[in-house]
Amino acid sequence: MDALLSIKDLKVANGGRQVLDGFSLTVGAGQIHVLMGPNGSGKTTLASVLAGREGYEVNGGSVTFNGADLLVLLPEERARKGLFLGFQHPVEIPGLANATFLREAYNTLHEGEDELDAADFLAMARRLLQEVELSDAFLSRGLNQGFSGGEKKRNEMLQLLLFKPRLAILDEIDSGLDVDGLRLIAKLIVRRRNEGASFLIISHNPQLLRYVAPDAIHVLYGGRLVVSGGADIAETIAERGYEWLGNAHDQERQGAVALAGSVGNG
Amino acid sequence: MAEQAIEEILKREYAAGFVTDIEADRLPPGLDENVIREISARKQEPGFMLERRLESYRYWTTLQPPQWAHFPHPEVDFQAITYYSAPRRKQGPQSLEDVDPRLLETYEKLGIPLHERAALAGVAVDAVFDSVSVATTFKERLAAAGVIFCPMSEAIRQHGELVQRYLGSVVPHTDNFYAALNSAVFSDGSFVYIPKGVKCPMELSTYFRINEAKTGQFERTLIIADEGASVSYLEGCTAPMRDENQLHAAVVELVALQDASIRYATVQNWYPGDEQGRGGIYNFVTKRGECRGRNSHISWTQVETGSAITWKYPSCVLLGDDSVGEFYSIATTRHHQRADTGTKMIHLGRNTRSTIVSKGISADTSSQVYRGLVRMAPGATGAKNHTQCDSLLIGPVAASHTFPTIQVGEVTAQVEHEATTSRIAEDQLFYLRQRGLSAEQAVQMIVAGFCRQVVQKLPLEFAVEANRLLAVTLEGAVG
Repeated sequence: MDALLSIKDLKVANGGRQVLDGFSLTVGAGQIHVLMGPNGSGKTTLASVLAGREGYEVNGGSVTFNGADLLVLLPEERARKGLFLGFQHPVEIPGLANATFLREAYNTLHEGEDELDAADFLAMARRLLQEVELSDAFLSRGLNQGFSGGEKKRNEMLQLLLFKPRLAILDEIDSGLDVDGLRLIAKLIVRRRNEGASFLIISHNPQLLRYVAPDAIHVLYGGRLVVSGGADIAETIAERGYEWLGNAHDQERQGAVALAGSVGNG
Repeated sequence: MAEQAIEEILKREYAAGFVTDIEADRLPPGLDENVIREISARKQEPGFMLERRLESYRYWTTLQPPQWAHFPHPEVDFQAITYYSAPRRKQGPQSLEDVDPRLLETYEKLGIPLHERAALAGVAVDAVFDSVSVATTFKERLAAAGVIFCPMSEAIRQHGELVQRYLGSVVPHTDNFYAALNSAVFSDGSFVYIPKGVKCPMELSTYFRINEAKTGQFERTLIIADEGASVSYLEGCTAPMRDENQLHAAVVELVALQDASIRYATVQNWYPGDEQGRGGIYNFVTKRGECRGRNSHISWTQVETGSAITWKYPSCVLLGDDSVGEFYSIATTRHHQRADTGTKMIHLGRNTRSTIVSKGISADTSSQVYRGLVRMAPGATGAKNHTQCDSLLIGPVAASHTFPTIQVGEVTAQVEHEATTSRIAEDQLFYLRQRGLSAEQAVQMIVAGFCRQVVQKLPLEFAVEANRLLAVTLEGAVG
C-alpha cells in the first residue's frame, strides 16, 4: 500500500533554532500514529509545518501527501487535499457564527460535490453536535467564542466528523478534556479510522492511547525520532518520563545503538 | 501569500463609479443671494421657504468653516461649486413611465430597480439624482395608509404646514457651518410623515446619486412619526469616480412623538477617492433625531464604507420620559480615507435610555475617529447609557482614535463605556485557511464577525447588501 503521508529527513528551523533535524515518518491509509516527546521537542512545529503555517524555515527534506509535494502548497490547498489540523489551542473568532464558519468551510472542502442547502446542512450539523455532545446553541455562538477548553476540543472533533479529512493531525486533542470526553474522542477517532482515515496524534496521554490502539508510537527527541514501537513505549514513558531517552538519543547519534526502527508501512 | 490575495481585493474597482451621460439643467458655479433665489424659483417654492433660505445664507456668511477636525483637508472653495444641477426633463409632474430611461438604467445598474413590478418587494424608493428627486415608487400604496413619502421639494409645495412646523426644528440653521449652508441651498431629499397610530406598511428608502462634476449635493430629509406611529427608513449613496473632491452636505431631521418609533439606516458608499487619495466625496453631514414624546424611540444604524472624508454624528435628543436612542455604526476606511464619526445622546427626560455600538475598521493608511457625547442633564433621573467602541486595524499603519465625552449632571444616571482595539491576528487567519478557506475569504469572515452585531440591526434586504459591500471594501494588507 502506498503511504498517505511520507516525511523524509525533514529539517526545520524556527527563530534560529534547528527544531527538527532529520525527521522521517510514514503514515499509511487507515493508520493511527502517535507522536510523543518532551515539551519543546518539536511536535507542534511538525504539525504547523505540515499544515503550512508561515514563520518556519524548512531547510531540508521532503514531505509528500497523497503523492503530491506538500510543502509547496498553501495552507488552504493542503486542507482541500484532505489534511486537517486539530489545534491545541483553537483560536476564537468573535461574532463569526460557528454555523456560518462550518458551512463555508464545508462547501469549500467539498467543492465539486452537490452543495448542501442550508436546511440539509443544519440537520447534519445538529446530528454531529449530538455526537460530540454539544448543544445546538453552539451553532449560533461565535466560533470558539467563550468556549471552555473542552468545548473547543469537541468543536474540533465536530469539524473532523463534518469535513472527513484523509489525514487528521491532532495536537493534544485530549488536553482540557475529562475522562468521559477523552473516551468519546477516542471512540470517534477509531470510527473515522475504520472508515479509512489516517491520524497523527500528538499526545502524552497513555489513557487516550489505550483507547485508540495506535499502529505505532513514535518518540521525538532532539529533533528526530528516537524510538518507534508499540504501546509499551507509552507505558515506559508514563513510568520513567523522557529522560532515559536522552541516553538512547546520544548513543544512537554515535551510531552505537540503533533503537529507532521504521514501523508503520504495514 | 496572504498579502498577495489581499492585494488583489484592494485593487478592485469602485463598482458605482460610472457617469450617466445626460443633459443637465445647471446653475453656474458660485454662491450668492441670486443663486438662492434661483434655486427657490426653480423649485416653485412658497415665499416662506425663500425667506428661510436667505436668512440661513446671511447667517452662513458670518461663519468660518470648522477647524476642529482631527484630520486636515484642503479648504473647500465654495465659489467653485455648482449648487443646483438637475437632469433636463419635460415640465410637470411625471409618472414612472415618463422618467428618462437613462436615469432608470442608472439606478438599475446600481441595483435599485425603480419599476414597481421589478422593485424590491416591500420597499418604496425615492431616487435623488444630483439636486432633484427623479422618481418615487409606491406613492399611491403608501397614501392609502395615510403615509406621505415624497421629495422634499414637493412637500414644501404641497404640505407647507407640516414643513413649516417641523423643518429646522431639530437642526436649526444656526446649528453649525454646514447646517447653515444646507439650510440656504438644499435641493432635494425625502419627506416622510406617518400619521397617528400608523405603522408604515413598507420600508422606505432614498437612494442618493451624485452624477455631475463640480456639483455639490445638499440633501435635506425630514421624517416625522406622529403619536404611536412607526417607520423604518434606509438611505443609500453613490457617486462617479472623479479626480476632484465633491461636497455632500446633508441635514437629516427626525421627529418622534409619543410612543412613536423611527429606525433610520444608512448604507453610505460615496466614491472614496483612489489609492493615492485623489478625489472622493467630502461627506459633511448633520443628522439628529428628537424623541419629543413619552416612550418614543429613535434608532440610527449606519454602514459607512465610502467618502474621502466623513464627518457625521447621527444623534438623539431624548426629551420625552422613557424614550430610547440607539446608534449602531460600522465605519470602514482604506487607502487615504478619513472617517470622523460617532453620535451624541442627550438625555433630558426621565428614565431615558441609550445604546451606542460603534465598530471601526481601518485598513492601509486610513484613519478613523470615534467622537461621541453622552450627556445626562440634571433631572434625567434614572437615565442610562451603554457605549461600546471597537476598532479593528488592518495593516501596520492604519490608525484609530477615540474621543468620547461624557457629561453627567444627574446623580441617578448611569453611564458605561467599553472600548477595544484589535488587529486581525495571524493565528485567526491560519485557523480559517487550515479549514480550506482562502486568505481573502478568511479576512472577510473575520471582519463580518466583527461587524455582526451592527449588521443584524439592518433591515434584512440591506443586511445582505451591507455584507457584500463590506466584503469588497474592507480588506487591507494584513501586516
